[in-house]
Amino acid sequence: MEGAWTRIMHSVQLTSSGRMHLQQGEVECQLVDAVDLDCEGGAGWTLKTGLLTLTTHRLLWLDEKGKKAWAVPLGAVGQLYAVKKSIKSMFAAPRMRFQAWTQRDGKLATHGQRVAELVLTLVFRGQSGVPDGFVQRFAEVLQAKAWQQKRLEESPSGGHKGAGSSLEASVHKRPTVSTLNPAMAGVSGILRKEQEQWEETDKNLHDAFQDLNGLMSKAKEMVILAEKMRVRLLTGQASTVEEEGVGTNQEMQDWMLSVGITSPVTKESAGALYHQQLSRQLADFVREPLKRSGGMLAMVDAYCLFNRARGTELISPEDLLQACTIWQTLDVPVRLRKFDSGVMVIQSKSQSDDEVFLRLTMLVSNGEAEKLGISAAEAARALGMAPALAREQLLAAEGQGLLCRDDGVDGLRFFSNFFKDINASTIFQES
Amino acid sequence: MADFSFPYFYNYPPYFTLQPVRDTREKQVELWKQLILKYCKHHKYFVVDLEEGDFPLFANANIDRKLTYEAREVFLGALVSEGKAEWMDKGHRRCLILWRRIQDWAELLLSFVRENGMEDSVMTLEEIMSGDETRGSELAGIDRGVLIRGIKILEQKGKAAMFKGQATDDDGVKFSAH
Repeated sequence: MEGAWTRIMHSVQLTSSGRMHLQQGEVECQLVDAVDLDCEGGAGWTLKTGLLTLTTHRLLWLDEKGKKAWAVPLGAVGQLYAVKKSIKSMFAAPRMRFQAWTQRDGKLATHGQRVAELVLTLVFRGQSGVPDGFVQRFAEVLQAKAWQQKRLEESPSGGHKGAGSSLEASVHKRPTVSTLNPAMAGVSGILRKEQEQWEETDKNLHDAFQDLNGLMSKAKEMVILAEKMRVRLLTGQASTVEEEGVGTNQEMQDWMLSVGITSPVTKESAGALYHQQLSRQLADFVREPLKRSGGMLAMVDAYCLFNRARGTELISPEDLLQACTIWQTLDVPVRLRKFDSGVMVIQSKSQSDDEVFLRLTMLVSNGEAEKLGISAAEAARALGMAPALAREQLLAAEGQGLLCRDDGVDGLRFFSNFFKDINASTIFQES
Repeated sequence: MADFSFPYFYNYPPYFTLQPVRDTREKQVELWKQLILKYCKHHKYFVVDLEEGDFPLFANANIDRKLTYEAREVFLGALVSEGKAEWMDKGHRRCLILWRRIQDWAELLLSFVRENGMEDSVMTLEEIMSGDETRGSELAGIDRGVLIRGIKILEQKGKAAMFKGQATDDDGVKFSAH
């Protein structure tokens, strides 16, 4: 049912796992469940009992059942009103109010054109008070104005805008070289320039790791750096300084994948919702690795990949297992699968067993394989998945009576189940 | 004697691996049971040693595969359960294959005696097993133990009587097979 808020609030897209699409550089700060977003006034409306997410850029509200989400861009937020403690507030659900500007068409204003004001209230149902640190964080992100940062520019001398965030301990400014400097001419000039860039990069890394707060703001810069390195590798350039720390193209590609996430869900930001949000984020994350590994991914691999991408705030194996188990209750396109041998894999729902079995039976009926069978390694190559997982599929197909095994000098191999086709009562009759 | 003709799947490697999946295993056991019986009947083998290399059927050099002891025990054990074989020792190292039932051997012996007008005659066991009179007949090459058990059945019917000779070579049977 479309209400008055559609005119005012900004809409938000959802991923296939039911998580909200974040903007570039947007980082989640806190999640609170069961929150009403209430608009006072004559033509008032209320968005009831949704999931509230405070990010560096917006205040997001998600209706989990209806799969709709709305946003209040922080650029439209004005004053935060202090949480008043009164007799009345003791018996009512805790709440906080803030002011927001709207533009001419009634929508919350993102830049400039502030025409009217309204007052919004967050009602925290199911909480005994306003969640710890919420108001402070709200104030912090408002001040940081992360949504105003332009994309970090790339210039030959490495000049860019520093992150002007109150979260950062120190601000770094770079000089921009615009006039032609004789010292920068010629091959030695190029080499010197490269050297300076790398010293700068080194300083960047050094500063970043000094201070975790600084690291958070540097995270975006790190991604840019990684992107730069990737492009360099792809185009085949490599300075001597670079070669030290850079491995093969494949290694770099793997590393790229691991810096894909800039907004890790943490116990701190999601509290009691930790597992559910982690579960959804994990579901989103594994889709890419699944595509690259034939639709099946071992839990161990998922654990490594996911933690590498998170960087800090690593999750434990138990958390991972729980997150996967929760998938059953959510509407996500992946599932946890346990084989008889105990091996657990993450499998894309779109990959059905029947489809894999069909491919396997076709494999064993083909040419050489008819006489020699196939091994797990050969099946892995043909199916594009890890050998251990291919073996599980072979065993599963065997269990279904589609294949039979040969345990000979060449190791374990699988054949088409010819036993099935033999009529035992007639095969030995004299013809 | 014509060459034994092996079924096509005898050259398929999985035939020599004991299958773990129940339905597949059942079919495999059934096929081996029949193959063993047919093979033994063709060659008139009565005793199978489960030790490696002794029974040629259990190894196929063409595909470099042979049955493990466990597999041999499973297949022969299935024949035993069906009454078509008997373990000759507790350790399941040797197995007697009854590709013809004892009572059928008794009938065969009786028919032979009648067909050859030997209703009142005496024969040694050796003569029945490998003598001139039985040459070319089904009785030739019969296992001694099987023969004795067959004769015992005839004894119960009053058609024969066994006696001991001075040496085992002279052990024999007197028929009264009218």
